[in-house]
Amino acid sequence: MESTTILNNVEDRHIEELDTVTIRFAGDSGDGMQLTGTQFTNTSAVIGNDISTLPDFPAEIRAPAGSLPGVSGFQLNFSSQDIRTPGDQPNVLVAMNPAALKVNLADLESGGILIVNTDAFNEANLKKAGYQSNPLDDGNLLQSYRVFKIPISTANRAALREEVNIPMKEIDRCKNFWALGLMYWLYDRPMAPTLTWIESRFKKTPEVAKANATALRAGFAYAEAAEIFTTHYRVKRAVIAPGKYRKITGNEATALGCVAASQLAGRPLLYASYPITPASDILHELSSRRNFGVKTIQAEDEIAAVCAAIGASFAGNLGVTGTSGPGLALKAEAIGLAVMTELPLVVIDVQRGGPSTGLPTKTEQADLLQAMFGRNGECPVAIVAPATPGDCFHMAIEAFRIATRHMLPVIYLSDGYLANGAEPWRLPEISELPEFKVTLRTEAKGVFHPYERDPDTLARPWAVPGAIDLEHRIGGIEKQDITGNVSYEPENHMHMVLTRAEKVALIAEDIPDLEVFGESSGRVLVVGWGSTFGSITSAVELMRERGMAVSSVHLRYLNPFPKNLGDIIGRFDRVLVPELNLGQLAMLLRARFLVPAVSYPKVKGKPFKISELIAKIEEIYED
Amino acid sequence: MSIHVTGNGGNGAEAPVKLTKKDFTSDQEVRWCPGCGDYAILAQVQKVMPELGLKRENIVFVSGIGCSSRFPYYMNTYGFHSIHGRAPAVATGIKAANPELSVWVITGDGDALSIGGNHLIHAIRRNLDINIILFNNRIYGLTKGQYSPTSEFGKKTKSTPFGVIDYPLNPLSIALAAEATFVARSVDTHVAHLQMVVERAMRHKGVSFVEVYQNCNIFNDGAFDMFTGRGVKDDRMIQIEHGKPLVFGKGHDRGIRIKDMHLEAVQLGSGLSESDLIVHNEKSPDSYLAYMLARMEYPDYPVPIGVFRDVEKPTYENLLEEQIKSAIEKMGAGSLEKLINSGDTWVIK
Repeated sequence: MESTTILNNVEDRHIEELDTVTIRFAGDSGDGMQLTGTQFTNTSAVIGNDISTLPDFPAEIRAPAGSLPGVSGFQLNFSSQDIRTPGDQPNVLVAMNPAALKVNLADLESGGILIVNTDAFNEANLKKAGYQSNPLDDGNLLQSYRVFKIPISTANRAALREEVNIPMKEIDRCKNFWALGLMYWLYDRPMAPTLTWIESRFKKTPEVAKANATALRAGFAYAEAAEIFTTHYRVKRAVIAPGKYRKITGNEATALGCVAASQLAGRPLLYASYPITPASDILHELSSRRNFGVKTIQAEDEIAAVCAAIGASFAGNLGVTGTSGPGLALKAEAIGLAVMTELPLVVIDVQRGGPSTGLPTKTEQADLLQAMFGRNGECPVAIVAPATPGDCFHMAIEAFRIATRHMLPVIYLSDGYLANGAEPWRLPEISELPEFKVTLRTEAKGVFHPYERDPDTLARPWAVPGAIDLEHRIGGIEKQDITGNVSYEPENHMHMVLTRAEKVALIAEDIPDLEVFGESSGRVLVVGWGSTFGSITSAVELMRERGMAVSSVHLRYLNPFPKNLGDIIGRFDRVLVPELNLGQLAMLLRARFLVPAVSYPKVKGKPFKISELIAKIEEIYED
Repeated sequence: MSIHVTGNGGNGAEAPVKLTKKDFTSDQEVRWCPGCGDYAILAQVQKVMPELGLKRENIVFVSGIGCSSRFPYYMNTYGFHSIHGRAPAVATGIKAANPELSVWVITGDGDALSIGGNHLIHAIRRNLDINIILFNNRIYGLTKGQYSPTSEFGKKTKSTPFGVIDYPLNPLSIALAAEATFVARSVDTHVAHLQMVVERAMRHKGVSFVEVYQNCNIFNDGAFDMFTGRGVKDDRMIQIEHGKPLVFGKGHDRGIRIKDMHLEAVQLGSGLSESDLIVHNEKSPDSYLAYMLARMEYPDYPVPIGVFRDVEKPTYENLLEEQIKSAIEKMGAGSLEKLINSGDTWVIK
């Protein structure tokens, strides 16, 4: 401890109250930063803060230790206020090595807290990070931020060496818990939730459990005793709507929504998928739900996955497949088959940076037009998109409700940010969930016609193998309406193309109207969809507090659009469409409503910052 | 909710009268070229169906794209004419969703071995209890005459005016390499043999792979005549049967023995008798013999037809059902409310 550099004047320490704090943990991908961030998040949620997180990890499982591509980060925002984003700019950066410092320092707010593990700032690591000299000796750095240089590895070793009987390498792996302990003291969090987690996670290796717990306590004690921090901080409970909560990521909520849909529909779920980042967690989650009758198939490829889901739907299950953009491209032909055979199918696309392999672990919204148009022929499908991690639960249910009621494929557009980001989620009561009992056709009522239609939805009956006298043949060749026989007749093809389009259009009768956030008319309307909800809503809220005539609508149904969208758009002078793509929704809005919608694109693999949106809204407000 | 998924008619009473071939014939006009080998296969399948004791409503025919893939339209059962190469994947979903269904995949050499090669291999290795019938005519018919993955080396076709330079695949080798539990071959014109093979494929619990030599009289007429022809077939083909020595020839005077790790076609008599020949064993747990037999090709060997392999292994759909059963026994039937409330929760008042 004698090596501790004390940069601040040691005075009586006091507790300072803050509304909102954004912390970014950054280290090597082997340093356990995702775990550290997740634990800090869980504890903050449990003590009643509102939270929002942004994990940011490399595509490489273990890039070379200490290298710039190997840096893994986890940003979380916790607050006593209602927050919707992981924060524009970290107030605090924990950098476990020089590479982590180099990659993340530019984001840290001026005057922010910088905590570094000095032990990792050796010559080799500095070189790997491309530093000519040790940045910790740089006077500018020390002036621009409140820097705390802490020998985390040494202190962790000192605390554990005598206490536990595990190899030094294992001891070193506990240093993230040491750092977490330190942060718990600094932000006045209890250690109990993490200690409980450690105990259950390492049940089979009690010595490792003990080591991690000891490291956590040691970090906490160090911060308390070493007097390097003059202040520690408290973030009060947020005023959150009453109810029971848990922390949930988008992928967890999506999987849960699939199970819920199966229970509500009274049909078994069959999820077929090929592993792909960032969608694989949905497969993991669902494959452990066998006691709900959930069947999962890890298919040999993306095409097999969607085809197995279509086969399952044909046999009366809720067939669903999950993927990311490259997989959606591969599934295109089969989705067309489901359109043609008019079977219910849900296709989950957890979007990531593209094209091609692109940025597998980063977020993007550039698959909207692929979902709309990415198939041969006139091939419309329904499209829904969750707005927040918790909303993934509700929109997944919606996807199945629409698919089964309207007998067609529904593409569900999540993205990497929603998939891995977490927020507190108020647990719904079962009674709040939508009713949608699915009924299969069981009787022929005369000669059975597989393409006879429901007058309201134009949906055909769902008659599945096993039902007597309903034997029928379907397939990808154009079908005669009503009878379902193969037909190449010109008038029939035109009729069927129009019918399939009309089926999708009629879904508009079955989805809620859009609600405007803010006044129902004014200067600027911001139109968003999917994961940008948090940033847009926060930006609009701040501008409204400044008295500006700005409102927003957020689309969770993208095909068809809610019925009142055109009407709302017409009541504003300007329409701004921020998207994590080059203006795909903007293009659809311009085509559909003939409005000069202004696109605000961002394709950097990162979500919008609130400040970026405010600047853009201000710009077009004055135009 | 009910976990076990069956169709609505799956558990109904036995059909009061035995069904006939006519019951399995749909009202659709068959649209294959006159003289196509597909007609013969369709007729045999429609004829065998009543013998199998299956309920029509529990049968599903799935196909991909190609001439053979029109097959489901002509069966008065459930049918799914899917997309090129993907029938095994669609069938996987159907069988996994409802194990009580009798699921048939009808495919061709291009559909199964070219565009759908991956799905074929994986459907086989999973050992779903489905029946895959591959119509091998060694040509692309529907696209009008390009070479297929089973076309002979050097063959001149529309897309290979100077001859095929890809080496052909042997469908049985692929099936055996993928650990198929039932592997057989027959010929469209060998009516009784084809019926026998189809029936055995159906009765086999697990994946059944059947290659049928099928004549395309438009683009590859007489492709198999060299050994299937009436006058030559006894000398140029061999019917393999479980537990019997591998004898062939008009006079039952020739056979297959193993010598120096190779198969050898020999003349019986002059010191060689049936006891020197290989006795076929389709139940062998390994597939070495089946593989060697499947590699026999005319003119070096007689072309083998019959059942190469027939072994038992747990099926994918049963293993899946068992996992569900045991999960329910261990954890209780899933409660959505409990699931939503799982993990670390907290209450805000």
